[in-house]
Amino acid sequence: MPVRELELELDAFEGPFDLLLTLLLKEELEPREIDIAAIVLAFVEHMAARDELDLEACGEFLVLVSALLELKARGLFPEEAAELGELEPEEAAEELARRLAEYRRMKEAAAWLLERLGSEQNRFFRLGPAPLAPRPDRQLAPQDPALLGAAIRALAVPPPTVSLGHMALRFPPVSQFLERFRALLSRRRLFDFDTEVEGLSRVEQAVALLALLELRKAGEISLSQAQPFAPIRVSRADSERITEWKARSA
Amino acid sequence: MESTLRLISANPVDRLARTVEALLVVASAPLSIEELSEATRDDPERVETAIGLLKERYSEGRSGIVLEDVAGGYAYRASRESADACARLFEQPVERGLSGAALETLAIVAYLGPCSRPDIARIRGVAADSAVASLVERGLITEAGRESAPGGAVRYRTTPLFERVFGLESLAALPRLDDLGADAGELRERLLEVAEARAS
Repeated sequence: MPVRELELELDAFEGPFDLLLTLLLKEELEPREIDIAAIVLAFVEHMAARDELDLEACGEFLVLVSALLELKARGLFPEEAAELGELEPEEAAEELARRLAEYRRMKEAAAWLLERLGSEQNRFFRLGPAPLAPRPDRQLAPQDPALLGAAIRALAVPPPTVSLGHMALRFPPVSQFLERFRALLSRRRLFDFDTEVEGLSRVEQAVALLALLELRKAGEISLSQAQPFAPIRVSRADSERITEWKARSA
Repeated sequence: MESTLRLISANPVDRLARTVEALLVVASAPLSIEELSEATRDDPERVETAIGLLKERYSEGRSGIVLEDVAGGYAYRASRESADACARLFEQPVERGLSGAALETLAIVAYLGPCSRPDIARIRGVAADSAVASLVERGLITEAGRESAPGGAVRYRTTPLFERVFGLESLAALPRLDDLGADAGELRERLLEVAEARAS
């Protein structure tokens, strides 16, 4: 069986070796995710099961797996690979030995933790969120009081008054028309709205209409209109009631 | 004739010891001498004496609960003789075994933390993402800021729970790194030997 068809069952990949290489070359799989030791083990087990040494397969495997290893190493140490390349052979060996020693120490530390976990297996204690009030960490370095004072003074200066010039009213307020219509009705029993607002701008006419509606809502006036778009006649509310009463009694 | 009553106390810190005892019962995480001193508004040295009294009272063989120095403070735990009964009713924080990858990652964070996932991957030679996620989920490690560069990787450190699970007074109770594993000199010699054997 060609090496490329070797079936793999890794944490990050499951399938033939050939597919794994394709995915890696297409950069659809991160080389650092691949456990190369597991691939070597799978190959060795496969060879052991066949009970014969296939030199050709071994050679192909070595070429492929070493290329994979290089790819992974480059991915893991992109900058350091270049640094190592610049080193003299002895320095490179020194650096490599240093890194291996670092890893071996951590492996030993992990073994110590495992042993410790075993010996501390019978520890039971209460767990839960700490009921302590959170204490803010003092993270600021000591500050110069004069500088702090200056900073506070700068912040305490009242902000400049914001100009509301752009928000000036460009039409008279409703209250102005309210007063005007009330004054008119105090002198006359009724008036024609269209005549009163003739010559005013459209906005002013709209405001006058709003004032009219306000007065109607307050029950101070009565409105009548013979037909849509016909002149609006405004009369005092009491005068209308008097007219109605007269009409009924007649 | 006036009679004088004299109260004889067994120990001058007995009352303080009772207060400290109460604080430790309420706490769900180890309390330091400073925290106990602040809460009791008493002198740290007297608090230490009170702790000494309590440790004597709550020790293996004398009590079902044991007062221990752990994770930078003092906390109660169940005595070892009651562990079997506890195990029938409660689950331990690290009930399911930690994988080799998780233990290596935990060791790296404990010794070199705060450190990032790329730091861990650099030492172990394989990605540490799943091991880190599993340790964070178990509450043994936690985030501890980011590396200083813009967009720097998240860094991790061990939690007080880690020290409690492993029964450590503090991280300083871990064995010295220099005492673990082969030294770089020995490995360099072996590498050179292999190189020479290949050359010959």
